[in-house]
Amino acid sequence: MIKTQNYVIGGSSRREMLLQGAGILAGTVLPGGVILPALAEDHPALGTYPDGSSGSSVFIGISVPRTGTYAAQGEDLIKGYELALEHLNAGNELLTKISPNIKKGVLGKSVEYGIADSEAKPNTAVQNFTKFVNDKKAIMITGSVSSAEAVADNKTADREKVLYLVGISGSNDTTGKDCARYSFRECIYGQTAAAALGPFLIKMLGKNKKVAYLTPDYTYGHTYQKSMEEYLKEGGWTTATNQVSPLGTTDFSSYLLNVANSGADVIVNINFGRDAVLSTKQAKQFGILDKSTLVVPYNTPFLAKEVGAETMQGAIAATDYWWTLEDRYPLAKMFNDAFRAKYKTNPEWSANLAYMQIAMWADALERAKTFYPPDVIKAYEAGAKVQSTVGEVYFRAADHQLVRPVIVQRGKKPADMRGPDDFYDVIEVVPGLGLMQAPDAFGCKMGEYI
Amino acid sequence: MVSWPNFLSQALNGLVIGALLALISSGLTIIYGTLGVLNLAHGAMFMVGGYAGVFAYQYTGSFAAALAAGALCVLVLGIVMERLVIQHFYSRPDEDQILVTFGLGIVFVEVIRLIFGSLSQSMPPPSWAAGITSLGFMIYPTYRLAVVGIIGVALLLLYGLLYRTRLGMIVRAGIEDSVMVDSLGINVMRVFMIVFGIGAMAAGFAGIVNVPIAPITPDIGESILVEAFVVVVIGGVGSFPGAILGGLIAGEILSLTSMIDPSYSQVMLFAVMTLVLMLRPQGLLGTRGRA
Repeated sequence: MIKTQNYVIGGSSRREMLLQGAGILAGTVLPGGVILPALAEDHPALGTYPDGSSGSSVFIGISVPRTGTYAAQGEDLIKGYELALEHLNAGNELLTKISPNIKKGVLGKSVEYGIADSEAKPNTAVQNFTKFVNDKKAIMITGSVSSAEAVADNKTADREKVLYLVGISGSNDTTGKDCARYSFRECIYGQTAAAALGPFLIKMLGKNKKVAYLTPDYTYGHTYQKSMEEYLKEGGWTTATNQVSPLGTTDFSSYLLNVANSGADVIVNINFGRDAVLSTKQAKQFGILDKSTLVVPYNTPFLAKEVGAETMQGAIAATDYWWTLEDRYPLAKMFNDAFRAKYKTNPEWSANLAYMQIAMWADALERAKTFYPPDVIKAYEAGAKVQSTVGEVYFRAADHQLVRPVIVQRGKKPADMRGPDDFYDVIEVVPGLGLMQAPDAFGCKMGEYI
Repeated sequence: MVSWPNFLSQALNGLVIGALLALISSGLTIIYGTLGVLNLAHGAMFMVGGYAGVFAYQYTGSFAAALAAGALCVLVLGIVMERLVIQHFYSRPDEDQILVTFGLGIVFVEVIRLIFGSLSQSMPPPSWAAGITSLGFMIYPTYRLAVVGIIGVALLLLYGLLYRTRLGMIVRAGIEDSVMVDSLGINVMRVFMIVFGIGAMAAGFAGIVNVPIAPITPDIGESILVEAFVVVVIGGVGSFPGAILGGLIAGEILSLTSMIDPSYSQVMLFAVMTLVLMLRPQGLLGTRGRA
């Protein structure tokens, strides 16, 4: 705009534009949520039941970050979901091995899906959730990489009475104080990772060490850091510094300098996604990793690939799944083979998580023999065991957390790698039950079924 | 923790952060000052420069080629963007300009994502700047020290262009009063095109220089954009020395406050911006009455 020149807004005045806009908006907010009176089955209408399941197919919504700090992990979740749905709709041996209840489709219906970008933001995630429910009558929503969005989705699930299957979420709160009747989590989280890593680190490195934390500034970072601190205290380990950074930080230099000057022996990097990649790479540049041990208590998918084996060697991490477990678990081998056949690359734990969530959902539906949400939830809460890619697992009724092992890994020396993807040795597979907190320890109060 | 070695290391680091911000912001400020356009695609320019440079590096293995590619690619992109889109918006209201640059920014990010994917791309520092330098009280990545030098040279070149050439004189006159410049018979449109290109190029060059420090992803420009605007406000719109001063101040604020409490370093930056807006709204080196 050339200054000092009066400009004319073309066409209508601003007031008219506002009125037009308001009119259009009002038109889109039609009562799409009108629920028809229940016809089939003797369950009252609830959420998208029976509308969403009255046709020959059902619809599920996938809401993951496709942009932003967690985009790479979101894309990997999508790969897992798509593979699982492909298998489910066609029928597949792997699914039958996970649970013999699983047939083709769910209760005879095929499963369609839509994908939306949550940008790892709670507001956007909730918008996606409600859009899928209102527009498509979705009977299940799944996906997350940030615990902030998972927690928001939890609340929305309870409000909309639509099932929500958590994607990646490491915060204790997701099945703790922010737990939800309509939500179920598959993956490891702060408490279990810390309980597995704490004693292991104390055994490996000795007592009375000084720790520097790199923590992302939201629920996941804070609860994870508290859990780690609690377990490391048992060995007399003290916190030299806790550097809290906002999600999406690109330059960690000021935090890393504080860490370098803190005299810490061990660096615990709780950052996730791109934050983990950048902070780890920069920590290497500052020479911090040459003098201290790196611990990644919630290993980011693709971290080793992006920062390189040179940086990750000797690092200790806790994770949900690693592809070399195929040597131990036959289902892991089947899963890896199917994934490699479709995508020409090894799966990361995000893809595995997505696959397992779909499989366990299909299993719960078949056992419930109905789409009526409270019955499906009760089927989940019955705690039936399924075979997963990491052994036998089941959901704990009190907080809807899957009871499953934590995988402890150590970064390999570049010379020891047997292939371009062989970044880690699996040191321990720690059974889950002993790692979990008492069901009410984190303040979980489940909502109502109806 | 506040200690002498930590203070010195953070002050030095603030210089490095500040240098990067100064270069990016000087591009933004001359665009805003001359054209009056709020270029919300500036962060995307930073990112595209990074990707262009990485692409060139993957083909040639040369750091210099990467720098040149990053700068030139974004110069061309800026000029094309101005000719095809921006120039039609000079007489449109501010909101339209904001929306169109914002939209273009999104388009660039998604196109890059389509081509390169969401995983980060990296480039190692050149061999003469690799490794770590010992400064006595601390060790520091050599490349970051090199960045101060590289950006210093770039800023000097930009200064030479703005203050020692006829084009630069016209640009600075345009910042003062573009209608007057137009009345003097100078082809203001052509000047605008060149200014937009140069402003974008500054961001693109900063983008590729930053890659060895932080591997790029398509979204890397988001936070840079916000910080650059804060620097422009602090330094004064349209003021090239203001952008440099503002950048250095911002860099030091971010570094030094992280010594006391890292979660507040961003807050402090915005607090200082608010203070400047309240006490001296034209910015530290800005002139009252300018846009």
